[in-house]
Amino acid sequence: MTSGLSVSTLAYSYGSKDALKGVSFDLPKGQFCALLGPNGAGKSTLVSLLTRLLVSPGGTIQVAGHDLRRTPGPALGRLGVVFQQPTLDLDLTVRQNLAYFAALHGLPRKGLASRIDAALARLNMAERAGEKVRALNGGHRRRTELARSLLHEPEVLLLDEPTVGLDAASRAGIVGHVHDLADQGLCVLWTTHLTDEVRDTDRLLVLHEGNILADGITGDIRGVSNLSEWFLDKTETAL
Amino acid sequence: MTAWLNVLRAIVGREFLRFVHQRERFLSALVRPLVWLLIFAAGFRAALGVSIIPPYQTYITYETYIVPGLCAMILLFNGMQSSLSLVYDREMGSMRLLLTSPLPRWWLLLCRLLGSSAISVLQVYAFLAIAALFGITMPTLGYLAAVPGVFLGGLMLGALGLVLSSFIKQLENFAGVMNFVIFPMFFLSSALYPLWKMAESSELLHDICALNPFTYVVELIRFLLYLQFNLTALLVVIGATLVFGAAAVWGYDPSRGLMKRKS
Repeated sequence: MTSGLSVSTLAYSYGSKDALKGVSFDLPKGQFCALLGPNGAGKSTLVSLLTRLLVSPGGTIQVAGHDLRRTPGPALGRLGVVFQQPTLDLDLTVRQNLAYFAALHGLPRKGLASRIDAALARLNMAERAGEKVRALNGGHRRRTELARSLLHEPEVLLLDEPTVGLDAASRAGIVGHVHDLADQGLCVLWTTHLTDEVRDTDRLLVLHEGNILADGITGDIRGVSNLSEWFLDKTETAL
Repeated sequence: MTAWLNVLRAIVGREFLRFVHQRERFLSALVRPLVWLLIFAAGFRAALGVSIIPPYQTYITYETYIVPGLCAMILLFNGMQSSLSLVYDREMGSMRLLLTSPLPRWWLLLCRLLGSSAISVLQVYAFLAIAALFGITMPTLGYLAAVPGVFLGGLMLGALGLVLSSFIKQLENFAGVMNFVIFPMFFLSSALYPLWKMAESSELLHDICALNPFTYVVELIRFLLYLQFNLTALLVVIGATLVFGAAAVWGYDPSRGLMKRKS
């Protein structure tokens, strides 16, 4: 398997409360993996650990073959992230936001302008490059964040409930685009609690109360039932 | 190496852009010391005689005495403001973006610190310029000599702000910083009264003032403004900057401090 994102026996607790209880999974490149879990399942903790906002005392995380704990620089350099919270600077333009991010990632200034143009063009945001983020609607802001997360050509893309607060058209647009990215070879981990964002051919991880409840291809997992019903049934019976 | 400098440029650049966008912040940072200088000091002028102590070679008015303390006050408020905005950044998410940079965290924090200190210097000089318009002036070369001292003071208080921001969980807790950090630091220092005056009232308070690193920021700036050099003050400020800086890096270590608690 070509290495994408690999997580092994990852555990984390806040005091005496266990948020993750030994989670393991392997995602190859070119796969769209949906991480489905109800509120409080441990999704946010997992995202914080994957982005190194938290460090777990046990377990390992490898991003494109780089251990996040031992070599955080190369690992973070290969990871693209779209956070659940908006992380754009509202008073800066779209282009300035992307340039700031590029600098944070140590990208060379030479060729940066065309790199930004290309990233924005991919998401049909080219004509908005000079606008202040404050003037953009929610869908465009998310697209800007997605364009930004791809600027350093990561091998693994992590999106934490990226469609929260978007209208149906914007949601569908982003879901479709990220699937295309996976088809082009990116390893994608998409966390959500909305079952309609998951396709039958996607890899599915179900997280519940800090454990992986199911791991496989969505169509196989849900069988004859509809994913939403299956998910409710599983997470309710496990309560 | 270029990558490191790019980050420095980007973070400092962002601080400047924010500064330009937040004119109210700049004005309020100016109004505060001016109120002290033009109202408080005028009122106290008669009540408080300042005798000749170094670096002064002649009797000075109270207004002249408190100018360095007010410069340090700007640095103090800016340091705290900067940490307030870090807590805000953390709640809003942009802190996450900063911390997922592949460059070392201590470097990211240092860049942020250099940026906010540079802005503090600008604010201090805007204040000195207005004070000069009101006739409260220092030796001309003193203005130049004080630049490194002001910058260093900004670094020390900015580092203190970083430490606080790594331990403060939420924005609401920030009012406590005002009561427990800003006021005690300012009043228990040589900013408003010389330490010998304090000793006349209470030896204990004098000793606390003498232990307060903020006192040394004030004195460092005061001496430099008069083209004199206070080695003790310089050493204390450098030492405190290193201690606060190390504590900030510790506080922002992902396996400790920051975000360890579930927010």
